[in-house]
Amino acid sequence: MATLTLSGIRKSFGATQVLHGIDLDVADGEMIVVVGASGCGKSTLLRIVAGLETPTAGSVLIDGRDVTRLEPADRDIAMVFQNYALYPHMSVFDNMAYGLRIRGMPTAEIRKRVADAAEMLEIAQLLDRKPRQLSGGQRQRVAMGRAVVREPKLFLFDEPLSNLDAKLRVQMRAEIRRLQKRLGVTSLFVTHDQVEAMTLGDRLVVMHQGRAAQVAAPMEVWGTPADTYVAGFIGSPAMNFLSAALSDGGRAASLKAGPTLPFADGPRAAADGTPLTIGIRPEHVEHRPEAADAIPLSVDLVEPLGSETVIHGHLPGGESLVARLPLAAGAIGDVLPVGLPPAEWHVFGTEGSRLPARQGVAAAASR
Amino acid sequence: MLMRDTTAQDLALARATERRQSRSRWLAHAVLALGVLVFAFPIWVTIVGSSHDASTIGRGDMPLWFGGEAVANYVSAWVSGGTARRTTGGLPAWLMLWNSLNMAVLIAVGKIAISLLSAYAVVFFSFPGRMVCFWLIFITLMLPVEVRIIPTFEVMVNLQLTNTMTGLVVPLIASATATLLFRQFFLTIPDEYVEAAKIDGAGPLRFFKDVVLPLSVTNIAALFVILFIYGWNQYLWPLLIVTDKDLTTVVVGITKMIGNGDAQNEWNIIMATSVLALLPPVAVVIFMQRWFVKGLTETEK
Repeated sequence: MATLTLSGIRKSFGATQVLHGIDLDVADGEMIVVVGASGCGKSTLLRIVAGLETPTAGSVLIDGRDVTRLEPADRDIAMVFQNYALYPHMSVFDNMAYGLRIRGMPTAEIRKRVADAAEMLEIAQLLDRKPRQLSGGQRQRVAMGRAVVREPKLFLFDEPLSNLDAKLRVQMRAEIRRLQKRLGVTSLFVTHDQVEAMTLGDRLVVMHQGRAAQVAAPMEVWGTPADTYVAGFIGSPAMNFLSAALSDGGRAASLKAGPTLPFADGPRAAADGTPLTIGIRPEHVEHRPEAADAIPLSVDLVEPLGSETVIHGHLPGGESLVARLPLAAGAIGDVLPVGLPPAEWHVFGTEGSRLPARQGVAAAASR
Repeated sequence: MLMRDTTAQDLALARATERRQSRSRWLAHAVLALGVLVFAFPIWVTIVGSSHDASTIGRGDMPLWFGGEAVANYVSAWVSGGTARRTTGGLPAWLMLWNSLNMAVLIAVGKIAISLLSAYAVVFFSFPGRMVCFWLIFITLMLPVEVRIIPTFEVMVNLQLTNTMTGLVVPLIASATATLLFRQFFLTIPDEYVEAAKIDGAGPLRFFKDVVLPLSVTNIAALFVILFIYGWNQYLWPLLIVTDKDLTTVVVGITKMIGNGDAQNEWNIIMATSVLALLPPVAVVIFMQRWFVKGLTETEK
């Protein structure tokens, strides 16, 4: 039960700066997922919150208390590690009880807490086992149990699902979400997996090269990505990017692939000829057999997924385009007429950041 | 693997392979048997010799089968170290064994304790001069006791530690080898354990006691075996530092029993004492064998 505030967190390792000033406010009980490619600084950020690293500048506040210079043990946090970090020579019970014992909690209270947590995580029958006798999923549960018994102010998850197989990952993902909602503990979850991020988080922090590229709710990140990096990172298959230039007094984009199409949400405030990047998600590309304004897509690769087909191809200008079409629509070598509906466009300016319509209305992008 | 349409040719091949394999098996066993013979024969001679009376060996016979004096010889060796002369050699074996045991255990335990702590400091703490400390320890690998024996003796004399167990043991304790071994092992302990312990609130000593030490048990056991035998076999240093008969160790004691003036060597007693001197290291190896092998081969996750 606590809030977390990060302000101006910077971190350098020697000459390399890995975090360039991160600001974040986490509300009580909120689940924040920090997502990004490897090397973006997301784990460093988590370790700074945990107290395992000291920031070069900036401060960490838990429940309004400045903990920047405190030891991890004094911050009232619990952390679940990627490889679980269960002490191999201790039983499951001892692993879960260790932190409580160090705090000098009475034995009866420890027993009760461990029993409750084990009950909740369905590992009560495993308490006498050693970690090496457990499966990956069970170890994961024990690692979470160790965090839960502490009843901390803050849960920190460092890619806890990446060592599990695909099926178990989906299952544990749902379970972590349920557990976090039930306990209502403010949580920070680090992952490189965008599906995990979308499904787990109340809000996402998309990190890119040591900066928070966007902080928003999952659907907002998906619907109105702040820049081309976020747009390409969230969503699978990734968003298509087509180069274009502004024309018609800011009201339309002239695509390198051919047509000039008007914006659905209004004109942009920039000079004609300004280079643009038009983003469109593969699921929004339409198959238009009989439309006159369709763009021919030469099919290079067809991936049938059952309910839909993913088509990789290229447009007249040579730019590649991925389309998710509902039916098995083509074969390699075919030319498919496709439509790129402007209502689904994400318009990015030269720097790669979102270029909104002049009125600032981006309603069309959300559906 | 047997196939359905095995031809005569295949069968012939299979038989040839079998013959070759059995021949190489015989060869391997022959080599091993020879090795065992070379190692075991002196011990056999010693054991057999310890069961004859002094005059049999004194005549120059080398009996290869047991005589009838075993009990008398061992009792004599244990209680008084030989019947003839108590003035020169002839210390009771129990006293010498006790001294050796003390020395070997203290050296092994001391070495393990010191090297555990120094390796822990070098691996888990970053302090100024950490690598300098490590390299200083490492360099002492190249300086065995024998090289520094005169200065060490000088120091022990100045500290008035000659003829004491402390003087006997302490100079042999500082050990680069064990420190290195523990360092290598500690480096394999994942950082996550350290971090999990930090979050659990375990201080450095608590982490050492609760996590590092239990994980090192097999390594400690393996090192104990090696170091116990190292300590037990010490010869030069005990010979120098101890002149008091009551502190004589068995390895030194046995050599003192040989060639004392003009009297005949009591080879039966010497051999009985030798056999007794063999027993503690053998016992340590047998009892700790399981741990020993584990510690050398297995790295716990």
